[in-house]
Amino acid sequence: MKAAAAGYIRANDLPHAISLLEQSRGEARILAGGQSLIASLNLRLAGETALIDINGVAELSGIELVGEQLRIGALTRHRELASSDLVARHVPAIAQAAPLIAHAAIRNRGTIGGSLAYADPAAELPACMLALDAQIVVRGPAGERRVRAGDFFVDLFTTDLAEDEMIVAVEVPVAVAGERQATMELARRSGDYALAGIVLVDRPSGVRAAFFGVGPTPILATGAMAAIDRGASPDEAAALLEGDLQPLDDVHAPAAVRLHLARVLLRRALAATRS
Amino acid sequence: MAEVSMVVNGRTVTRTVEDRTLLVEFLREGLGLTGTHVGCDTSQCGACVVHVDGKAVKSCTMLAAQASGSDVTTIEGLASGGELHPVQAAFKEHHGLQCGFCTPGMIMAAVDMIARHGGGALDEATIRAELEGNICRCTGYHNIVKAIAAASETMAGMKTAAE
Repeated sequence: MKAAAAGYIRANDLPHAISLLEQSRGEARILAGGQSLIASLNLRLAGETALIDINGVAELSGIELVGEQLRIGALTRHRELASSDLVARHVPAIAQAAPLIAHAAIRNRGTIGGSLAYADPAAELPACMLALDAQIVVRGPAGERRVRAGDFFVDLFTTDLAEDEMIVAVEVPVAVAGERQATMELARRSGDYALAGIVLVDRPSGVRAAFFGVGPTPILATGAMAAIDRGASPDEAAALLEGDLQPLDDVHAPAAVRLHLARVLLRRALAATRS
Repeated sequence: MAEVSMVVNGRTVTRTVEDRTLLVEFLREGLGLTGTHVGCDTSQCGACVVHVDGKAVKSCTMLAAQASGSDVTTIEGLASGGELHPVQAAFKEHHGLQCGFCTPGMIMAAVDMIARHGGGALDEATIRAELEGNICRCTGYHNIVKAIAAASETMAGMKTAAE
């Protein structure tokens, strides 16, 4: 089907992009990699909308170490996340997540900012941000603000972004000595959205386990995390996931299956970080 | 409307298109390059894979306007001087197709795959994992995998010979 786009404009730089967004009064959307947005325009799931193309905005690209944080520009492609030495060394959960996203041709275009703004509950990167306690750097006409991942993902496909704001980067705390991270998922077919997935950040100071595909947003399994920190076994912690997660019945799998898969993943991820 | 200008298979083309025109529509309907196919137009099937600035993309999920200023290669641009590209030759040799609908996307994805892995010979597991974004409903993939493995060996040999 023909895409339902009503207007296209390229932003020259970040102030231009913000100004276009402000002028559109909620009628325009930011076009980054377009790997979900264009498909939904083709399917007419997204209504007629003007597109502000930010692919030429150089200041949104790049990965750099800033103190104890890895700053990843919003336009960074999944392929770059998968092949970056800085990501592999400092936030291995993201390096493990990137190859799980869709297919190679999609990873060549899709961006981290786009994935976070879209906020698909079964997507890998929002759960990475939550598990890693990252900050999302967003900018609008009033300036820049930082939102912790735990406050950013509000509901199904809904974030804390105002209609005149866009993501410019994420700032992710780097792994400390002795920290282990694991990202795993279970999908029916390679490249599909996960039926359930986990990002486990196993720090000497405590564990953080974020699940995806088992609720309207990525979810921190606080009950299981506290149990693990108290020395509970993986089986005991997995039993607590029923209270932590909110899987839904849908056409892909019943809630009970998703909960079962989440338990399997928690045991596997703990085995990986504590082996 | 947007004026787009890009290099397609070595030729500079300039056209005025609707803002919403997908790259694949531009290639097929604007330029008559119907080798690039549309299977799903939602980036699942891979029939529309082309290369934009040397990287495989699904041309149903990119606007023509976004590709303005880029260098685009389609299946029609792979052969040189009447000589098939090694991946095309291998698909022919190993009969890596039946109806042929998915073949242009398979070949463009395979060329990208071989390049991304450094141009060396690829094993079966790698090829099968990499083909997750290209769907074939006829062959069961077996001959496609054989063709890509053979092409990657040929191209690794060519690379070694050139060094």
